[in-house]
Amino acid sequence: MITITLNETVTASNDLDAEALRARMREAGTLLVNLMSSPGSGKTTLLSRIIRELPELRIGVMEADIESDVDARRIEALGAAAIQVHTSGMCHMDAGMTAAAWEAMEAKDRDLIFLENVGNLICPAEYDTGAAKNIMLLSVPEGDDKPLKYPLMFQKSDALVITKTDALPFFNFDLEACAERVHRLNPLIRIFPVSAKTGEGMEALEQWITGELQAFKHNDIQI
Amino acid sequence: MHEMGIVLHLAKTLDQTAEEHKLKAIGKVVLQVGEVSGIMTELFTDAWDYFKLRHPVLKESELVLETIPAVTWCDSCKQTYETVKYGRECPYCGSGETWLLRGNECIIKEIEAE
Ligand SMILES: Nc1nc2c(ncn2[C@@H]2O[C@H](COP(=O)(O)OP(=O)(O)OP(=O)(O)O)[C@@H](O)[C@H]2O)c(=O)[nH]1
Ligand SMILES: [Mg+2]
Repeated sequence: MITITLNETVTASNDLDAEALRARMREAGTLLVNLMSSPGSGKTTLLSRIIRELPELRIGVMEADIESDVDARRIEALGAAAIQVHTSGMCHMDAGMTAAAWEAMEAKDRDLIFLENVGNLICPAEYDTGAAKNIMLLSVPEGDDKPLKYPLMFQKSDALVITKTDALPFFNFDLEACAERVHRLNPLIRIFPVSAKTGEGMEALEQWITGELQAFKHNDIQI
Repeated sequence: MHEMGIVLHLAKTLDQTAEEHKLKAIGKVVLQVGEVSGIMTELFTDAWDYFKLRHPVLKESELVLETIPAVTWCDSCKQTYETVKYGRECPYCGSGETWLLRGNECIIKEIEAE
C-alpha cells in the first residue's frame, strides 16, 4: 500500500481540458464567449437581437439545457448556426462538454460562438468552459443584491450585461449601487445596461463585442 | 446535481493518477471539503457509490471527507471571524466589507493505493 499526495483541486482536470480547447479555438480563429445567468434572464432574446444587428459576423450558438431544444430553434430561425447540447442533468457546462459541442457543430467557419450556459448562478462559475471571454447577465427583476449573494460569477466575468432595463420603473433596482458592488468584487469588469426589447444600450455592448473580436483576430495574425 | 459534476471530475483525475503510477486498486481517497463549498456530503457519497462501479480501479475505494472550516476576513476592522456563525456581516464592527478567506474549496488531498 502506498500513499500518493495530490493536493489538487477537484476541477484541475477540467482546467487542462479548458486550456486545450482555448488553443484549438484560437487556431480555428473563432472567439468563444460563455454566457452565464439565472434561468430566464434574457440570454436567448439578447442573442437574437445581436444576431440581427450584426449580420456581417458569422455567429454560432451552443445552447446548453438540461432538456428541450426550443432555444436552438429560436436561434436557427434567425439564420445563425446553432447546436443544442443536453447536459444530462448536469447543472453546468464543463470544458469536455463544450469541446464535444464544438466537435459536433457543422459550421466551423464562425467568427464568434456564444455558449448559452445552463441557467444557474453558482456551478457554471466554477467550471472553466474553455471560452476566451465570459459574460454574465443579470436581469432587473432579479434585484441589485445578486453580487453579494453570488460573488464568484461576478469575479469570473469580463462583462456584466444588466438586462431588461425597460423594466426599471417597476423594480427597486439601483444601477449605481449594483455597479459599485460589482466593481468591488471585480474592478476590471465592463458593465452594460441594456434592453433587448427597446434596443437601449445595445450599441455599446455590440461595440465592445466587435472590439474584442477584432483584438482576438489581430492577435491571431501576430502569432 | 452539483455533486455529480464534482464526482465526475474526481473519478477522471483518479483514473489518470492510476494510469500514471500504474496502480491496480485505489483504497482511501481523502478529500478536503470547505464548510461553505455547498457540497452536500450525503449526496456526494451517493454519487461516488454510483461512479465507483463504473471505474474498475475505484471499485474498492473509500471516500474520506475532511472539513475545512470557513473563515471570513473583515476589511474594515482587519480581523477574521467564523463564516458559518456570523455570515457576511462582521460581528465586531457590522461592516459588509468582508471576504471569504477559505471554506469554499474541494481538494483531493491524498490517496492510498497499490
Ligand atoms: N421586458 C423585457 N423582457 C425581456 C427582455 N429580454 C427578455 N425578456 C423576456 O424574458 C423572458 C425570458 O427570456 P429568454 O430570452 O428566453 O431568457 P433565457 O435567459 O434565454 O432563458 P432560459 O434559456 O430559459 O434560461 C421572455 O419572456 C422574454 O420575452 C427585455 O429586454 N425586456
Ligand atoms: Mg435561453
